[in-house]
Amino acid sequence: MSSYGFRRTLTGRISCRLEEPERSLLAHLTRQLIEMVEPEAPQEDQDPLAAMVGIESDVSRPSDPAVARLFPDAYLDDATASDDFRRYTERSLRSSKLANAHTVLDTLDSSGEKVTLAQGPAAAWLGTLNDLRLVLGSRLGVTDEGHQIPEDVSEDDPSVGLHHIYDWLTYLQETLVQAMSGLVSELPDDRG
Amino acid sequence: MGIAPMELDEPISDVDISPDKPWVTIVWNDPVNLMSYVTYVFMTYFNYPKEKAQKLMTDVHLEGRAVVSAGTREEMERDVTAMHSYGLWATMQKDD
Repeated sequence: MSSYGFRRTLTGRISCRLEEPERSLLAHLTRQLIEMVEPEAPQEDQDPLAAMVGIESDVSRPSDPAVARLFPDAYLDDATASDDFRRYTERSLRSSKLANAHTVLDTLDSSGEKVTLAQGPAAAWLGTLNDLRLVLGSRLGVTDEGHQIPEDVSEDDPSVGLHHIYDWLTYLQETLVQAMSGLVSELPDDRG
Repeated sequence: MGIAPMELDEPISDVDISPDKPWVTIVWNDPVNLMSYVTYVFMTYFNYPKEKAQKLMTDVHLEGRAVVSAGTREEMERDVTAMHSYGLWATMQKDD
């Protein structure tokens, strides 16, 4: 396998090598993320001015735990204040996550095996890789930083593939954050 | 009154909390966000020096939570929104 994670080149650019199946997989996951994050069309009876400035008329904590993790409550013990906060912030939060995800798709569309990122797109990639891991981590019930496939999961369990994808995304994000920080020896290394 | 430094009983905080900054933003530990990423976010968004960012990250990791900023309610709304955009689990509350 000739793939490798992100690294900073001597010219200061950030690049990684992804095989075609890896690029397809990442694009597929990113499109799924977009479907989860895409705001619903504004309701017809919504105040058009409110819609324009991104204020929702009625929002509450998402029922899907993975989506709820992407859009957490802003107050610990105050559901009313949390919902109020969502009304004013959630649409723009969704927009910024969508913009990141579309940047990732655009890069993948225009890249061959070698994926090179400028600073702006690198930040978008970092955000989307994190969002993907939050969603997958929620789906898989990841409870431990040193993620391992639970012992009671057999080898032919369909979730095994997802666990491997989660680890792969972790590797990509870890190498990207190290490359972006340019502080390879100074940032804590999660891989221990 | 002498010139010796006063002994303060108040806990030493990494974040400047004062009466005109009645609200705080708290970042909570979660098993998905990478330590390096959390440090990167604290350095990038708050412009905290590396040592402070790492200390806050360690507090989040070991204590389960850390106060990462203090200010007016509006300022904390901005910080919490930013933390959520980075995917960190953050809440705000009045610092009683």
